[in-house]
Amino acid sequence: MTKTHLIATSEICKYHEVEYTFIHSLAEAGLLHITVVNQTPYITESDLQKLERMIRMHHELEINIAGIEAISHLLQRIEQMQEEMRLLRNSFQA
Amino acid sequence: MAFIDYYQILGISKTAADKDIKNAYRKLARKYHPDLNPNDAEANKKFQQLNEANEVLSDPEKRKKYDKYGENWQHGEEYEKYAQQQQQSRPQGNYSSGQGGNFEGFGSEDFSDFFQSMFGQGGGGSARGRQAKYRGQDYNAELRLSLKESAETHKQTLTVNGKNIRITIPAGVENGQTIKIASHGGPGVNGGPAGDLYITFVVTDDPRFKRNGSDLYATVKLDLYTAMLGGEVTVDTLTSKVKIKVKPETQNGTKVKLKGKGLPVYKKDEQFGDLYITYDVQIPMNLTEKEKKLFEELAGDRKSER
Repeated sequence: MTKTHLIATSEICKYHEVEYTFIHSLAEAGLLHITVVNQTPYITESDLQKLERMIRMHHELEINIAGIEAISHLLQRIEQMQEEMRLLRNSFQA
Repeated sequence: MAFIDYYQILGISKTAADKDIKNAYRKLARKYHPDLNPNDAEANKKFQQLNEANEVLSDPEKRKKYDKYGENWQHGEEYEKYAQQQQQSRPQGNYSSGQGGNFEGFGSEDFSDFFQSMFGQGGGGSARGRQAKYRGQDYNAELRLSLKESAETHKQTLTVNGKNIRITIPAGVENGQTIKIASHGGPGVNGGPAGDLYITFVVTDDPRFKRNGSDLYATVKLDLYTAMLGGEVTVDTLTSKVKIKVKPETQNGTKVKLKGKGLPVYKKDEQFGDLYITYDVQIPMNLTEKEKKLFEELAGDRKSER
């Protein structure tokens, strides 16, 4: 239903003052996906949210790419566990 | 409005050098940054305090003012003069309340009242700690429902930043469940996409029922005679009342399943959970002499049979 919006990485690089290599390295680490259309690299709108989070980690907390990779995996697990905890909290021993 | 000790928040002494302030802020930011603490309101609040402390102490002008008037902000004559010059205006929250609903917004990044009375809204300069985003900010909101309301699909109009949006709340939502309403968050910057609106449902407890998924559980009091001899009992369901037959010699703690009388299954049309009734047999109290005599007689009969 929702169409996928693509956002040019050059826009993001300009806006956030990051190098394209930073985005490329994150893609290489499997943390986001780059789509190339007419030799221009784009990312999806849903990846933009992830990317902006990773840019904040990099800029505000001085975390390098390896660190971001490790944190991303841990965050995913935290979110899964939070969901599991919610389900457990809502259930009880009848 | 209370005084806030920014030095204490950053865990540094009043004589700390700029470098120490920066280091302390970085260190604590790594611990409490919202990106590293998803869905953690406590960490979020801590991070806001850190930002505020950093905003003041890392700015020589603000730090000077804070050191001079901070603790005596209520009394200092000069401060009062200063405060009068400041045209204070409280920032508006992100949300106004929904029509007829209990819609509470949270997640705005306001500075404390203390900060605003001292430095004005937004501190006169731009907030340094937080970088503006290309994609709009995500909004989080809470919507309260009673258990009964959660059993029906209903539409509700919410007002978010002056815009009305109609949402459909599917029957059977669970406590703590979050739904995403795409592109209804803050606007993007420089043509960036808008953020999303996340609505978390808080389903309040119903004293009559316990819930497990789409099943409901209730305890029903049963008088001794109905339990022994059988009969009928009226039971509350979530939406109405039903009469159910009680078998003779029903034991205390017996469970009965009322099929389909639970909650609707989330996003599955025409599917319902069950209602489980547990009988709580009431032993009569304050027996009359006559009753006592009759029970003794019954007890005697039972003994002689063995």
